[in-house]
Amino acid sequence: MLVLLLVALLTLLAPLYAGYLGVDPFRSNLRGKVEIAGEVVQVMQQSTEGLGLGVTPIGPTWNPGGYMLGADNQGRDVAARLLYGGRNSLFIASAATVICLVLATLIGLAAGFLGGVVDMALSRILDVLWAFPVYLLAISLSIVLLTSTIDLGLFTITAGSLALPVFIIGIIYVPYVARPVRARVLTLRHSEFVLAAVGLGLPTHRILRRDILPNLMPTIIVFVPILLALAIVTESALSYLSIGVQPPDASWGTIIQDGQTLLYSRPAVALAPGIAIVITVLALNVLGDAVRDALDPRGQVR
Amino acid sequence: MTNWTRYAALTGAAALLSATAVTAGAETREEMMAAHRGGEIRLVAAAAGGTIDPQINYTLQYWQLFYFTYDGLVTFKRVEGAGAGGVVPDLAEAMPEVSADGLTYTFKLRQGLKFSDGSDVGVDDVVASFQRVFKVSGPTAGTFYNGIVGAEACIAAPADCTLDGGISADAASNTVTITLTAPDPEFLYKIAVPHASVLPAETLQEDAGVTPIPTTGPYMFESYNPNESLVMVRNPHFKEWSVDAQPDGFADSIVFDFGLSAEAQVTAVQNGQADWMFDQPPTDRLAEIGTQNADQVHVNTLTAFWYVPFNVNLAPFDDVRVRQAVNYAIDRDALVGIFGGPVLAQPVCTILPPAFPGHEDHCAYTQNPGTDWTAPDMDKALALVAESGTAGQKVTIVVDDTSVMRDVGTYLQSVLTDLGYDASVNSISGNIQFTYIQNTNNKVQMSVSQWYQDYPAASNFLNVLLGCASFHPGSDSSVNISGYCNEEIDARMQAAMQLATTDPDAANLEWAKIDQAMMAEAPIAPLFTPKHVDLVSKRLGNFLFSPQHQWLMSQAWVQ
Repeated sequence: MLVLLLVALLTLLAPLYAGYLGVDPFRSNLRGKVEIAGEVVQVMQQSTEGLGLGVTPIGPTWNPGGYMLGADNQGRDVAARLLYGGRNSLFIASAATVICLVLATLIGLAAGFLGGVVDMALSRILDVLWAFPVYLLAISLSIVLLTSTIDLGLFTITAGSLALPVFIIGIIYVPYVARPVRARVLTLRHSEFVLAAVGLGLPTHRILRRDILPNLMPTIIVFVPILLALAIVTESALSYLSIGVQPPDASWGTIIQDGQTLLYSRPAVALAPGIAIVITVLALNVLGDAVRDALDPRGQVR
Repeated sequence: MTNWTRYAALTGAAALLSATAVTAGAETREEMMAAHRGGEIRLVAAAAGGTIDPQINYTLQYWQLFYFTYDGLVTFKRVEGAGAGGVVPDLAEAMPEVSADGLTYTFKLRQGLKFSDGSDVGVDDVVASFQRVFKVSGPTAGTFYNGIVGAEACIAAPADCTLDGGISADAASNTVTITLTAPDPEFLYKIAVPHASVLPAETLQEDAGVTPIPTTGPYMFESYNPNESLVMVRNPHFKEWSVDAQPDGFADSIVFDFGLSAEAQVTAVQNGQADWMFDQPPTDRLAEIGTQNADQVHVNTLTAFWYVPFNVNLAPFDDVRVRQAVNYAIDRDALVGIFGGPVLAQPVCTILPPAFPGHEDHCAYTQNPGTDWTAPDMDKALALVAESGTAGQKVTIVVDDTSVMRDVGTYLQSVLTDLGYDASVNSISGNIQFTYIQNTNNKVQMSVSQWYQDYPAASNFLNVLLGCASFHPGSDSSVNISGYCNEEIDARMQAAMQLATTDPDAANLEWAKIDQAMMAEAPIAPLFTPKHVDLVSKRLGNFLFSPQHQWLMSQAWVQ
């Protein structure tokens, strides 16, 4: 939990760090210079040995005063981009988790409580969605939607905006949550207190709101850290394949992609966001376990 | 042609750094043959290049092989440097007799030539091969060979293609006559490329895929598995008839292995497990091979350019001042850095690449306009944008997802932001980007693309990329990506092409003027001319780089 708070706090402080460095992490800086130990050097260093092939960005200075983790292919400060990228990664993951949970809860409630034809139809739709491997579905959706503007009536998602990965990741995990939610609703639907409420002639919306939803919360809350972790990894994968966050915006996935072409000479560019993802996802998984233990009565007995 | 699927026949000017290149100076060809004949050349690439049908494949990867396996009536001279732009007789005994009106070409076939299966090469094979270009719907049938009489009917109904009136054979005199609908100064170039290879008449009228077709050159294909390797061995029926057109090869066999990433290819060549890598070394490894393997690296200029097509029919680029402003604002040196530094690329402001017919050093969009680009002129650029009143508009740059292309796009986004636009970059799969940016329905405002010559003629850049005839709204095949059509300049280009039939030098002077006239309207922003890096093994000798064929594989030796 502490680790997560720390990561979130650091990413929130991104503008402060960039402001302190006086750099714009979204602008190319191919001709930039930086002062290291009193010496002014080019950020993009032209090879002067041998045939003089290749231009390599400056490596990690390990100095918080600038280019702590080196520069990427555009001469931008990787440390600053890592923080901004973390913001995007965390924002996309959180927003996608909220969308996924809301949709899954609605679908699970409708299917589980109403039963019959509604359950049949919703369950089959979920089955179809589930039949696609997650990444295949995400990649297909991204490629189709990436260059077009989506009009959802209430709001529109323009091509290249952050809302697009949010929307895609939010959708693809719905079946994974809606199914257990539906199963839980089915159990609750036939529990004594709900039968009693029905017997008392209480209106459906009241039963859903007062009897079922509160009892559903543990199931849903357990999903939060798991989904967050999944969403972070999915977002990184999509961005790595350049079908998630679009340049010059950063996310941990895009920074890994930037770093891939520098793996031999500047491994820090790809390693730093990789480590950030590992730490965050690991922390989320540990948190997820803890939450499950806390909320699952049977788990405690065991 | 574009480098989109790496298809290209390329032209370079001079081998800059051919450290190990040994050209015939002291030794005669016979002495070299005696000393170095034999052995196996091992090539590596990330992936196979598709079909090995020379009339269908349009990739640089296999054109390089077709040049020493197949022959046409004429071919580009196999020499190092700019001389390779010249056309020499190949299966034909001599250059054709051309009628006074420029419409009829008569070729006399050499006697005693054989295919690698032992059958004779006859005039009927030549006729059948030209018909086959249409019957298999070759990729250039409608662009290179549509000027032959009867071609229109063949394009409409490929299966029944006869080219009636367009091509005829006379077995008695061993001649083939080709008739055109209009004089075409570039016709000999068009039949010198592998798509006009002569194949046995009985070759199936469909894509040969992985099945080798008998060859006429010094090597033939023995086996092909696109997931593993392509094996070429000596053609037992080959007898050298012209060193200029089709010299005998040194190695006994050439094996092309597939499936290694570019990173792994570099390591394989460094360790001597392979003699040459097809893919360009990753930018990350350039500094390393430039120092540790300097004597194994050959850098050659390509006649190609990277450029930014502006959509002249969409805001804000429908205003010439905006297009000029971006041209002024681009720091071409910074882009050269992205490509690997000044040794690997050269900033350009003209459409025709340096050392290409019709090229004249000229740069309007730089500080101190003159012959060369020196530095961006932000003041002028900002003034032009202010004048146009377009600042603040949304601009999307569409690039493909290769790392260099994305870096170029990201840099351009910064430039547009500096000019006051609300710019973003959209990187889409390399498999679709080239067709996506061509289609006007996609409303692409600005993109990044590349163009490599098919053959050395100015029209191959100016007329193909910016001529009215290349603009097809709503089509994926509209290579005039800018949608630029200036009828006055178009008429001048038609005149220049006709002038080339009688006075090529005067025509090239006119092409240089057309280039400048186009750049005054700035439908595109030329960025830089790339150079090609060949990394070869320590044991490989006699590396020759020709403008048209790139590395002349058959002329290298490994022992």
